[in-house]
Amino acid sequence: MAEMLLETDQLCAFYGVTQVLFGLDLGVAAGGVTTLLGANGAGKTTTLRAVSGMVRTTGDIRFEGQSICGRATEDIVRLRIAHVPQGRGTFVRQTVEENLQIGAMIRHDRAGISRDIDRAYAYFPRLKECRLQQAGTLSGGEQQMLAVARALMLRPKLILLDEPSFGLAPLIVQELFAILRTLNRDEKVSMLVVEQNASLALDLADNAYLIETGELVMRGAARDLRNDENIRRAYLGY
Amino acid sequence: MDLLLHQVLAGLATGGIYACLALAIVMIYQAIDHLNFAQGEMATFSTFIAWQLIQWGVPYWVAFFAAIGVSFVAGVALERVLFRPIHDAPVLSHVVIFIALFAILNSLAGFLWDYNVKSFPTPFGSRSLFGGGLMSAHDGGMIGVTIFMLILLYLFFRHTRIGLAMRAAAANPESARLTGIRVGWMIALGWGMAAAIGAVAGMLIAPVVFLEPNMMSSILLYGFAGAVVGGLTSPGGAVLGGFAVGVIENLAGTFIPYVGRELKLTIALFIIVAVLTVKPSGIFGRTVVSRV
Repeated sequence: MAEMLLETDQLCAFYGVTQVLFGLDLGVAAGGVTTLLGANGAGKTTTLRAVSGMVRTTGDIRFEGQSICGRATEDIVRLRIAHVPQGRGTFVRQTVEENLQIGAMIRHDRAGISRDIDRAYAYFPRLKECRLQQAGTLSGGEQQMLAVARALMLRPKLILLDEPSFGLAPLIVQELFAILRTLNRDEKVSMLVVEQNASLALDLADNAYLIETGELVMRGAARDLRNDENIRRAYLGY
Repeated sequence: MDLLLHQVLAGLATGGIYACLALAIVMIYQAIDHLNFAQGEMATFSTFIAWQLIQWGVPYWVAFFAAIGVSFVAGVALERVLFRPIHDAPVLSHVVIFIALFAILNSLAGFLWDYNVKSFPTPFGSRSLFGGGLMSAHDGGMIGVTIFMLILLYLFFRHTRIGLAMRAAAANPESARLTGIRVGWMIALGWGMAAAIGAVAGMLIAPVVFLEPNMMSSILLYGFAGAVVGGLTSPGGAVLGGFAVGVIENLAGTFIPYVGRELKLTIALFIIVAVLTVKPSGIFGRTVVSRV
């Protein structure tokens, strides 16, 4: 197996006293794309929030072999783990370009930042057209692109994507996932993608996990899961 | 016409006081989304610190900047010690602490420096500008300093990275943390800046209304009125609102019969209610545009 960038070991997560995750062992290979499938409320979002240190957890999370369990969100971001949250996390009153600047807040290389803003515009030309517009006025698709672009400003080693296709028109989704594929191939950014749209996610990913009510029920290569009878019926709908 | 002009001028002079305080109010509102009722007492306390330094023989400008520095640190400390732990608590918890802070600072100032009215020096002198004694050099200086602070704030928030980080932290704390911004410290910084601006406001107001623990009690209401008129999300609007309230108050007192001195405070309340009814976000406040 390839070298693991992110690994969780018996990961449990809690909201208050309610336990949401029950001992997950997950892994994202360096340079790979892993997807996390499951129904509503299965704990997909919570898994991402656990990696970012936004929920109480037990068990262990290792990034590049180092335990990041119990670290503050702000410090985990500094390890170059970008998190594109559910709902996109747009700074609606700030301009598009300010949103990108915010994404690079932990960096101090001015020239590099402005190069990366140009790079983000190259990936998402539509953002360049409205770079001085209030981000709140963008369409849902544009805001999702902005969220990915903002994550890129971190120069991440790993991007956590929470339902990137949510609420978007099919054409926009196609475009977005094509860009994600390019990013993974050309920039060697690893990804952990949470998706409701299993078909889409399995196309992008090389590894997949299926969770149900906080427990792992299946793991394997994306192509194997795609051909699995049960998955097909329950999540792909054909 | 002459009378009108003179009253407008005099209104601008008092408006400068309100504008100064309104600016401090908006600063904290931006950082924590709450109105700080203790803002006036914090400013009074800072002014007492400067007064004490001057009594000890410290030169005016040294005392001026020392008071600003102390207030900044105290503002940051207040946030860290008092407000950090109740960060996620409901609005009412904040209100209770604001009121407690108000009472504590007020009586502490009275305890340390007693309730006798003290005069506070002005660095601008008190000779009259434009003749007629409607606007003194101090009033002019106060307006100048307020506008200067406003420009500094504008440059800070628009053109520095830390200013952008503060705006991001205030607008969307969770998303800001995910970009690595240390949101807690940004809020503390907002408190420090608001306390520092309040200190400047207090030291500029004290020569006019004289220094005593309750000197802000009526002014704070006008400051709130100014902030609400201009919009709690807009520092520039708050300053303009402050001036507007000063001018309106003065003109109403002169031209509307029966208003006079006694009903002046009512005008501030009237303005607050009227603005909240007609345009809740204030004249320059931004209504967030969003599309889903």
